[in-house]
Amino acid sequence: MHYHWSFFAGACLLIASASTVADESDYILVIKDHRFQPAELTIPSGKRVKLVVDNQDATPEEFESHDLRVEKVIPGNTQATIRIGPLKKGKYSFVGEFHEDTAQGTLISE
Amino acid sequence: MLGSAVIVFREVLEAALIVAIVLGATRGVANRTHWLTGGIALGVVGAAICAFFTGAISSALEGRGQELLNASVLLAAVAMLTWHNVWMSAHGRALASQVKLLGHDVSLGIKPLSALALVTFFAVFREGAETVLFLYGFVASGVSGSGLLAGGILGLACGVAIGWLLYRGLLRIPLGYFFNVTGWLILLLASGLAANAAGYLYQAGLVPVISLQVWDTSWLLNQENWAGQLLHILIGYNDRPMGIQLIFYVATLITMYTLMKLYGQQARQQPQTA
Repeated sequence: MHYHWSFFAGACLLIASASTVADESDYILVIKDHRFQPAELTIPSGKRVKLVVDNQDATPEEFESHDLRVEKVIPGNTQATIRIGPLKKGKYSFVGEFHEDTAQGTLISE
Repeated sequence: MLGSAVIVFREVLEAALIVAIVLGATRGVANRTHWLTGGIALGVVGAAICAFFTGAISSALEGRGQELLNASVLLAAVAMLTWHNVWMSAHGRALASQVKLLGHDVSLGIKPLSALALVTFFAVFREGAETVLFLYGFVASGVSGSGLLAGGILGLACGVAIGWLLYRGLLRIPLGYFFNVTGWLILLLASGLAANAAGYLYQAGLVPVISLQVWDTSWLLNQENWAGQLLHILIGYNDRPMGIQLIFYVATLITMYTLMKLYGQQARQQPQTA
């Protein structure tokens, strides 16, 4: 059982060090009729960013991006917070996995 | 209908492969069916409850609830798999010879079994909650119920079939190597789960990313295609891993391996008493 303790202790250290450097700004992304608004969102590069995804549809959606390394289920008519970055300059695509044919968007980091 | 089949398949596959490996690892153990079906059933119930409370869970802890729940479930599974492997490296030799002698009538004791039942619970619970929500979304948006159901069942059947194939494949391994092979499989599986947990902790903003992309091997084997996805679930293959994920993966691998060697050696020095 020693392993678990050292593991959790390590995790706690990481958590402590991460929270001291956190300096996040908010960006809002709306899901409506299974589409993202805006479909293109620009954020600053090299910074930790808090993305608030506001699902205004009645149905749940999964915000997913392989580029951004995030996946999060957002129930209907709720908001979810997703923390991303710091990102290098570039384009990062994301989708709503439950309605992948319409729910598509791009994040531009510059 | 195909839409629901594909998504249900994707979710079921991960749980099915984990259950297949656990089934393999408990080969020859009395009462394992009770424990493992119990784990699966509880997982389904837990998933439905979790889906119902997703809104509350998601917004808990400053919007970090869902990530923390996922990460905890994954890390708990890693802990249980570690426990099982360490236990097996101490008792596996005796178990293998017993299986040979007595056929399938071996009692392994309740400890590692309950741990593995929990692993099946965690796997089904995590993947199930997403499936339930997704299917609910379909119903709510007015897609015909029968098409949805057919798609869901098709996806479920395909996922279970691949798990079954893996299990049959495992059974073909000669007994002398069997527990060795499943031990390695579990070692890699657990390391991959730990790396996934790191991903959720990063998303919650609780661990630093270290490097967003240590390498990119998506040109060689894309994680989105079937082979990449299979390897991702089984051994934690990642075509563009984050630094923090790599650290979690390697740390789990080394810790688990060291503990297995340590307890394996002890068991060899003091011949079986139990």
